[in-house]
Order: sequence, then structure tokens, then C-alpha cells
Amino acid sequence: MMQPFRLANAGHLGGASPVRFTFDGKSYIGLEGDTLASALLANGVHLMGRSFKYHRPRGVIGAGVEEPNALVGIHRDAARKTPNVRATVQELYEGLTAVSQNRWPSLRLDVGALNDLGTPFFPAGFYYKTFMWPKSAWERLYEPFIRRAAGLGEAPDKPDSDRYANRFAHCDVLVIGGGAAGIAAAHAAAEKGARVILADEQPALGGAMRYLSATLDGKSGWLWAQEMATALSAMDNVRVLTRTTGFGYYAQNMLGLVERLSDHLAEPDPDRPRERLWQVRAGRVVLATGAIERHMVFPDNDRPGAMLASAGRTYLNHYGVAVGTKVGVYTADDCAYAAALDLRSAGVDVPVLVDLRRKPNGDLVDQAQQAGIEVVTGHALSGTDGRLRISRICVRPREGGERREYEVDALLTSSGWTPAVHLFSQSRGKLAFDEATQRFLPDTYVQDAVSVGACNGTAALADGVKEGLAAGETAARETGHRGKGRTLSIDAWSPEGGAGGMIGDSARAPQRGKAFVDFQNDVTAKDIRQAVREGMRSIEHVKRFTTNGMATDQGKTSNMHGLAIAAERLGLPVPQVGLTTFRPPYTPVTFGALVGHGRGALFEPTRRTPIHGWAEENGAVFEDVGQWKRAWYFPRDGEDMHGAVARECRTVRTSAGIFDATTLGKIEIVGPDAARFMELMYTNPWQKLAPGRCRYGIMLREDGFIYDDGVVGRLADGRFHVTTTTGGAPRVLNHMEDYLQTEFAELKVWLTSTSEQWAVIAVQGPKSREIIAPLVEGIDLSDEAMPHMSVREGRFGGVPTRLFRMSFTGELGFEINVPADFGRQAWEAVWEEGRKHGACAYGTETMHVLRAEMGFIIVGQDTDGTVTPHDAGLSWAIGKKKTDFVGIRGLARPDLTAVGRRQLVGLKTRDPNKVLEEGAQIVADPDQAVPMKMIGFVTSSYWSENCGRSIALALVEGGHGRMGEIVHVPMPDEVIDAEIVSTVFFDGKGEDANG
Amino acid sequence: MLLIHCPYCEEERPELEFRHAGEAHIARPQNISEITDKEFERYFFIRSNPKGLMFERWRHIHGCGRFFNAARDTVSDRFLKTYETGEPKPDLSGEGR
Repeated sequence: MMQPFRLANAGHLGGASPVRFTFDGKSYIGLEGDTLASALLANGVHLMGRSFKYHRPRGVIGAGVEEPNALVGIHRDAARKTPNVRATVQELYEGLTAVSQNRWPSLRLDVGALNDLGTPFFPAGFYYKTFMWPKSAWERLYEPFIRRAAGLGEAPDKPDSDRYANRFAHCDVLVIGGGAAGIAAAHAAAEKGARVILADEQPALGGAMRYLSATLDGKSGWLWAQEMATALSAMDNVRVLTRTTGFGYYAQNMLGLVERLSDHLAEPDPDRPRERLWQVRAGRVVLATGAIERHMVFPDNDRPGAMLASAGRTYLNHYGVAVGTKVGVYTADDCAYAAALDLRSAGVDVPVLVDLRRKPNGDLVDQAQQAGIEVVTGHALSGTDGRLRISRICVRPREGGERREYEVDALLTSSGWTPAVHLFSQSRGKLAFDEATQRFLPDTYVQDAVSVGACNGTAALADGVKEGLAAGETAARETGHRGKGRTLSIDAWSPEGGAGGMIGDSARAPQRGKAFVDFQNDVTAKDIRQAVREGMRSIEHVKRFTTNGMATDQGKTSNMHGLAIAAERLGLPVPQVGLTTFRPPYTPVTFGALVGHGRGALFEPTRRTPIHGWAEENGAVFEDVGQWKRAWYFPRDGEDMHGAVARECRTVRTSAGIFDATTLGKIEIVGPDAARFMELMYTNPWQKLAPGRCRYGIMLREDGFIYDDGVVGRLADGRFHVTTTTGGAPRVLNHMEDYLQTEFAELKVWLTSTSEQWAVIAVQGPKSREIIAPLVEGIDLSDEAMPHMSVREGRFGGVPTRLFRMSFTGELGFEINVPADFGRQAWEAVWEEGRKHGACAYGTETMHVLRAEMGFIIVGQDTDGTVTPHDAGLSWAIGKKKTDFVGIRGLARPDLTAVGRRQLVGLKTRDPNKVLEEGAQIVADPDQAVPMKMIGFVTSSYWSENCGRSIALALVEGGHGRMGEIVHVPMPDEVIDAEIVSTVFFDGKGEDANG
Repeated sequence: MLLIHCPYCEEERPELEFRHAGEAHIARPQNISEITDKEFERYFFIRSNPKGLMFERWRHIHGCGRFFNAARDTVSDRFLKTYETGEPKPDLSGEGR
């Protein structure tokens, strides 16, 4: 088994089974428990990607989520291709297929690397400065070019076939981070009886115990962590979530976690979700998110083989992989000494350890010297060599001088640790800059949270564990668990802590080559200085100008370096330059996890009427109206939409049509003050409307614009049956409730939504009375007993009904309300009767045409929230003697009474066969220069079979005064002329609504 | 997601159950048809939009359905108090934000 860099006696994977995988088509063997990165390194593969801008060869930098370079695509099948996966996070599984990104034609030979040679032409701000003019070049040249060059991975091109779950959870104590401090906190809280959730992004708890030479309670740190994980999982009041990232900290201790359930499996169960989104509300939050090591900034610090000291140590101590055979070390911090010592004791040559500090001291420094490692202090790296892998480092005194060279095949660097304060900052906590250690640390808490361990700036392991225990116990006590449980103590020791180190550029002397600050965005120290030179003062501006800290990485390793370089250049202390805002997510979260089940058919509810099934069986074509599925038209054999609608329109006016109007909104308004309330909510007068009669009502907003309309029936003195537009029902009820509860609270009125209680069948046409008559019991349908616009209660086909005589077509018509459960039964009864008279079923399209023939408006189609009743030709519907209704004052505003407002008119095209497009713009003079002055637009337009021509409604400036004028509708290929006419197109040859 | 205390249900419920309904304590004039354009402008269009303490209306729309008032800090998003419609503006001087 070829894994030349796997060491027999190192790491925690002992005894693991081999796993086959491919990278860019080549097969390799790794071990179960590996990440893609550790398995590639075990095979001696360091080159894992090309950089974003310069296409420089890049290897792995980190061993976890801090990885900026090694982004790969993971391909499971044609649909499941995940781009930009960190190789350091992707767990290995049998048959894993990974491909490198951002290179062409291959990773080893990449044409885009020419960008690197052209560096003088690609400085920071290059895009801002270059692609400015001519404007026309944007569309044809710049944008296609940038689109091709920009972006990291390739998005999958098929719908995501995975499932995603979501879950809400509540707990007393939520601990984010399962390192030693987090484990201690969770354990302490759980012992006191608190309900605890402990989440960690890794497959197993342990955090830095992967690589530290730590001892806890007499055991190795890693072993201790695994035993604690088992013990905690066994407790009833603890939930341990591994592979779970706390990515967002929101208001009132609500955190978003994403749990990865199957990305590590060779054959995920298709019935199980890929990821689960947890929305956790916690009484107390313990942040134990650790710290992220920073690299050293010096020329050509990005060659494959150069990585963080903690990463090199993790590969060695956890995965049992040597990152090279001759590993150089460059540091400004003690931690890297421990890495050098570990490598040396594993038998790996460490030719040199360069320390930027002049006089480092401490146990680790002494030990390194005693171990015979060449420690060079007060020196800096001035450059490196090696094309696809680092081969040499150049060392010279800090302030310049003679240079020495060392052959290496890997380089570990460390400039110290940045506390991972992302979640703390998202919680709106305030950070304070600690001058001594050059770190931002949690200072003022806004929510019920506490930070422990390395993310709190606590360097020594023992101190972090102590903090964790105290925080866990306190959190339990504060959430009401004073507990009989044990008070814990954990004996912890580690030779080193995560100290502050230094931030900024380590090579102060003039330099050649690129000293990278941000690997993912190819931002160099020079770019940051240039940004300051060009006038960027705030770090927010520097970030946007250089792109430092952007993209999926969000500056995990680069932010502090960038800030320090900018501060130095500006001559300001670091805190005065500021810190860019930490925004969720901490690491990228899939859209799938956020969307969960809510996509496709589950994106939103589908509403169907009780008559839907009948319409389906009878060949209806449906249209979506809000959440409703409505029958659009009922084609008979061979008919297209045009043919079906023409037939339906003819049939309604010659015989009758039957229409499912169930979707209409319905509100029952009841109480002794119901009429007074109606007076306030609608423009019309209601007090004198007799019980049993109906009226068309218009509702305004306070600003005077039409909000909704509908026919209202008065059933009794204190009972109104209100109908609203299909889409308007919820907002109309909300509007009414608002006024009733707050402004007119003295009125004794009760409002109930009855939209879903009633099925509504409209029967319209000269034969409508004959059709329904056999089914009606207890209601006299004669014109004398039941005139147009009246409502009666009785029975219909054996079930209770509210029968309206009303018309949205201009024909004699009825709307039969029956309890929804009897909707289909009643419909089928009407259908049987209707067939005897040659009636048809019709859909929404015919309904629209017929009402337009009569000039009846549809709110939301012929009005757009800026139309008054006067504009719509509905002044008659305003109660002239009324002193108050919602909108009465708005209607009197100067702009609403001004001349030249857009008013609703009819349009007849000069060519009767031309049907205008809805939304088309209208001009007075078609020969004027572009852009033309538009004086209105078409709101409704149809072919009217009954008129034998096209008809349209339009809003036109001063339209009511333009009757007979010709206006023009410019279209891409012609200008259509039309005459302004009345909105009533159909002259009502048949028996009209009044019988 | 915020937790909001409904003064009618007398418990904290998640924000999803509520809908914001604009600034509070803006009474509709009793004689609205007689007010001047200027007065209508002040009543209908002008809102305070403060940074900090804000009195606003919410509706427990997916709960009890009642409109109520709330005092919220627009910087921290923290609710200082919720109270029933019709109650006067509470005196919150001295309350920590």
C-alpha cells in the first residue's frame, strides 16, 4: 500500500482500513478517518489547487476550516457536485472523487498562471480602474471576460437531488466547540442537571487535542476527549452533535447550526437527509470556538509545502502523516517549536528553525536547542524557491544582511493565534484590542454568553479547562440548576499555549516576490499598502479595494495581518483602523440546509377548491392565482386556448356558463355596529341597505387609493357577508382588524374569515335562472321577489345556501354559496341541469374577458395602488353625504384631485384583429424621439368573441377627457394605433343582469 | 429570531407568529375629513424612525390575532416592553437598554 508519507507509529488512526479515492482522475489510497487533505499528503501530493487571481500553484495551508487554498470539487454523481469544498474538511470515503478547480488545462500546467507574470497589470483595484468605459464594452467584453475568470468552483448544473432537514431545539446551555474547554463546560453544566447541547464541527470531539502534547486527568488529550465524548453522549440531558458547525449567532441566544449527516459516507441512504439545520434557543451560550493560527507574511510564502505549524503538527500527530522529509520552520511564536520537536522525534529532519524574535526564551526554545535543531533567531525569511513544491528557503537577518539558503520540502510557519471571536461578534458583543498580545478579545457581552479557552485569549490549556468548568457550572446555576451534581475538576497540562505572536508583514526590508496576506483572494502585503496609498483609510475600504478577507474564507488567517499592515502604513494604532464586521455564516452553509424541505412542491402550500377534482376530470387547464390552482379554461377535443375561451364566452352570453368562484375571499361581519363599521371601511353608504340586498363596495387605504373591492350582501341588520378579491382576503381582514382593534375599538363588531367555509358556484347567462330553479328550495327566484343585487338564504340541492343574485358578466346571474364540503355535490347538480340548456363550464380567462366586455375592473390588474375611485370611473360608489371612511381625507389630497391623472379608459385598436399586449406603453405622438413620453399603459387586453374584435382597458393621463382620441402603442416591430373609448364594450343584446 | 412577549397571551412567542405594523401612538384624527393637508401629512406620512427607543405596533397574527404596542431599541433590537393597545406610552427613562 503506497502511502510513502504515512508514519507507522504516529497519529490516532492506527488500525484504520484503507480507502480508495481519486483526485483529478488519479487513484490513491488513504485511511478511514483521513480527510482528503491528509490522504493526499500521505501520498506526497501537496499541489491541490491554483490561486484565484494569479493561478499560482497552491498546497494545503491548514488542517481544518481555516484552509484558504485547497478548495476542491467533490463529485458524487451527475447532480451532486459540490464546489469549493475544503480538502482539509472533507472526510475520506471509499470511492471519493475529487477534482481540482480554477485551472486549465490541468493543475500542473495552467495557462491562467500567465496572470502571475502579468502582475504589474493586475494590481489591487485593477477591475475598478480598468473596466470603466466605453459603456457598451461592458455587455460584450468586460462582463463575459470577468464572468469567465471570476468565481472559484463550478456550480452544479442540475437540481440538487439531496434532502435537507431542519429542527428547532431548546436547551439550558449550548456549548459551541468540543475542545478541552468546551467539553469541560458541557460536562460541568450537565452534572448540575442542565439540558446541554454540545456542538463541534469535527467528526469527533477533541479540538486541539488532535495535535497538542497534552495530558488531561492522566491521559493523552485525545484519549481523554474520546472518553468524555462517550460519557457525555450517555447522559440523558446532553446531546452531542459532531460534524455540526455553529455558523450564526442571532438575537436572544438563537443560534444556527448545520449538521452534516452524509458527506462523509460512501453510500448515503437516499431516504436520509444530507444536512440538518438546527435552530437552537439557548438559556446560556458557552463559546469555546478556539483560535486560528496565522501564517507568516514574507515573499513567496505560498508555495505548496508551506503551511501553518499547527497544520503540520495535526497531520503528524493525528493523521500520522509527515508533511515532508526536510521541514523548515519559520515563526514568531513558541508553538512552532513544539511542531519542530514533534517532527524531530518522529524522525523527520528539521534543517532549520528561524525565529523572527531576537531573544525568544522558554522551555520549548531550550528543548529545541537541546534536541539539536538549528535555531536562528532575529532572522526573517526573504524568499523561497520551487515551482510546484517548495524546495529552498532564503534566510537573512531581520534588518537585512547576508542571506543563507536551506533546502527544504516543506515549511511550517506561525505568527501566533487569532481567537475565533466570530460568533461572539455576531452576538453583537464588543471586542477590545489587547496591545500586549496583539489580539482582539471578547470584552462587552450583549447576550447571555461567555467565552472560554483559546477564543477568550486564554493561552494555557489548564486555564482554559478551568474556565470551561466554571462557565458550565455558572450557566447551569443561572438557568435554574443549582444541582446536587458533582463539582468537577480536571487536571490538565500542555507544554505550550496559543499566544498572541505578531501580526503584519514579517519581512520589513525591501523585498521582491509576493508576500501573501490572503491566499484565497491573492492579496499581498503590497496590495494593502497600495490601498492605503490610494486613499483607503478605513479597513472596510481596504477590504473592498483589495478583496482581503472576502469569499468563503472570510479572512480567517488574513484579517489581522491585513489590518496590521494597513495600520502601520497609516501610522495609526490597530484599533483605530477598525476591524471588519464578522457576519454569518462562519463557514459556508449550503442553500439546501437553509431551505430545508421548502422547495419544489413544498415551496408553498397549494390551495385547491372542493370543485378542483371535477375540473381536473373534465380537462381543465389550471393557472396559479396566488397559492390557488384555478381552472383557466376547459378545452374540448382539439381546441386551443383561444378556441376554448371564444366558445366559453359565446356560450355564457347565449345560454349560460358555470364558474368556480370559491377562491373569492369572504369575511363575515357581525354585531350591532356592523353597518357603522362597514361605513368606515368602504366608500359606499351601507346604513340604508336593506337586509337581503347587495352592493358593490370599494375599500380604500387611508391615502385614498383603491385597496380592494367586492360584492357585499346584508343578511340582517347586524350581519354582512363581504367578498374580497381572491388574493386580497388576508390583507383585507388584517386591515379591518387593525381599524377595529385600534381606531374604532368602541364598535361592537366581530370579524370572521369564511373564505374556506363556502364553496361558490357562479351561474351566469340568460338561462341561469332556469338552470338553478329546480335545485332551489324556499327562495322565490322571480325578478319581483329577488331582484338584481340581492341575497337570500334557503336550501340548494338539499344543503343550506346563501344565494346571491349578482353578475360579473353583465348577464343574468347567480352565485350559489354552499358549505365547502358540499361544493362538488352542488356543482355536479348544477352541471346536470346546465347540460340540459347547453351551458358550459368556464374558467378564469373567460371570466376576465366577460367582465372586461362590461368594463368591470379587477383590483390589482386595472389598478396598481395609485388609482382612486375617480380614476377608475367609480365615483358613483362614494357615499357623497358621508363624513368619514378610511381614505376620505386621502382622496382630497391636492395630487389626487389634480387634472391630468391617469384614468381608466377603453381602447379599441384601429385594426380590430390586433390584440394589444397587457403592460404595453401608450404615447400621444409616435414620431417623437426616444425615450418617448409615455402617457399611460394597457392594463387588460383580450380578444372579445362577443364583440368580434379586440378590446382593452388602459390607464391614460386625462383619459376621461380624451374620448375619441387616437393614441399609439409602440411595439418592437410596429406602432399600433388605438382609439380611446368608454370602458363598456358589450352593448348587452341579450337579457341583461337586471333581467 | 426574536422572542416577543404578547401582552394578551402573556407569554413569549417566536417572531414568526408576529407581524410588524408600523409606528405606535399615532391616533387617527377624529375629524379626519376636516384636517388640513399639513395635518394629514403629519398624521399619515411622517414617521420618527429613531435610532434607539422606538414605540411600534405589532400584531400576534398567527396567535391571538391582537394588535399591541411595543417599545424596542432599534439598535440592539431588544424589546424593552410590550403593552396592550390603548395603554399610554410607558415611561422608560432609567431603563437599561
